[in-house]
Amino acid sequence: MNNDLIDLLWEGLLETLYMVFWSSLFALAMGVVLGVTLVVTDKGGILEAPKLNKVISTVINGVRSLPLIILIVLLLPLSRLIVGTTLGPTAAIVSLSIGAAPFLGRIIESALKEVSAGKIEAAKAVGATPFTIIFRVLIPEAMPALVRGITIGIIGITEFTAVAGAIGAGGLGSLAIRFGYQRFREDVLIATVLLIILLVQIIQWSGDLLVKSINKKRYKFE
Amino acid sequence: MIHISNLSKSYKTAKGVIPVLQNIDLFIPKGDIFGIIGFSGAGKSTLIRCLNRLEEPDSGTIEIGGKVITDLPEKELRQARQKIGMIFQQFNLLDARTVFQNVAFPLEVAGHPKPFIRARVREILDLVQLGDKENVYPFQLSGGQKQRVGIARALVNQPDLLLSDEATSALDPQTTYSILELLREINRQLKLTIVLITHELDVLQHVCNNMAVIENGRIVETGTVEKFFLNPESDTAKRFVHIIDHYREKRSVMEGVGAGI
Repeated sequence: MNNDLIDLLWEGLLETLYMVFWSSLFALAMGVVLGVTLVVTDKGGILEAPKLNKVISTVINGVRSLPLIILIVLLLPLSRLIVGTTLGPTAAIVSLSIGAAPFLGRIIESALKEVSAGKIEAAKAVGATPFTIIFRVLIPEAMPALVRGITIGIIGITEFTAVAGAIGAGGLGSLAIRFGYQRFREDVLIATVLLIILLVQIIQWSGDLLVKSINKKRYKFE
Repeated sequence: MIHISNLSKSYKTAKGVIPVLQNIDLFIPKGDIFGIIGFSGAGKSTLIRCLNRLEEPDSGTIEIGGKVITDLPEKELRQARQKIGMIFQQFNLLDARTVFQNVAFPLEVAGHPKPFIRARVREILDLVQLGDKENVYPFQLSGGQKQRVGIARALVNQPDLLLSDEATSALDPQTTYSILELLREINRQLKLTIVLITHELDVLQHVCNNMAVIENGRIVETGTVEKFFLNPESDTAKRFVHIIDHYREKRSVMEGVGAGI
């Protein structure tokens, strides 16, 4: 492998990290809003609103049922509107964030639902507002499950960036397709695959470490 | 102190509308430890949860200390709840918070300044004899200690009323006894009205002055605890008391036999 290739891989890795970071951040922000809204508007929730719940749930299911690659194509006009182009990592962030937000929303919803109704009730009984309940009870109590779920979400986004690479997003996925597949460069293919595996491992490992430290404090085990 | 009149509540299920509380009328005097006893499914939990509107009644009124709780809009209801403490069978402590932080929660909600919170929480933790546990997480506590934290949390904002929803039902008899002693002590020291629901006769006997018996969503008997044990009138009360009488007879027979040997 020559130096050019190493530069190429390095560049691809940086592009991937760039996409993963910003897509995760935006998808997480949207996912938290979606997940919290789903939980609090659910039947028996602290801000019960069954119709709104149904609407959000249906939209999430709709977006999630589209294959990512189709979704990216559908969102290209939006990318052009927001960042002025449909090519490159920055354009991909728009599609990736929106594509991953419903996924993260569901993950966050299920993590928050693990918080026992009794804890919410105890907070209501002392006169806490829904806002206080969300930020001081629901989210902190669900933290280990949230971190575990968000780790899965970020790994999902890492996979998404590789797919997006196939249609001009750049990054390691794009390298694997352009060099590894289209030019039969097996060395590039293997190197990109190894880098992606390594990246996923690091994300998982960081998530595990974080969960462990939270649980160690609260439960003195794990 | 508490006036409940004509309170009704029903649940809508797939099988139709099931009444849980039917035209409840009840008066609970200030400073009393008032017990509500009933078998499972009698509606006692729903009744106590209506008092701070964790459950919304369908009709009827509840007046606590001159305030008509059932008429309050959301914001005023939250303020009223700050002065009604509640303890639960499952304790419902927050795992993410230390003992200190759990007890501080109602004061944070009420918007008190930090130095005040610190002093007040320490004071109440001493009262429940957990002064040495303030930095411990609930996971490391025994059931009885958890309920003490629950009691401290319920009392920290100096409520006028304490609601106890089967607070001792998950505890062993000895721990139950120590928690009941604590409730009695609090009632005496703080002149606090306590309403508790239970299915255990022991609890009534240990701490309550007045009581009501609930069956199928209706109050079937009210009066002093003494009257309940000595002269039960309703069938439900008789069924409860019969359980004790049965064993009392058995014991006197056995003691008789023992004396014979």
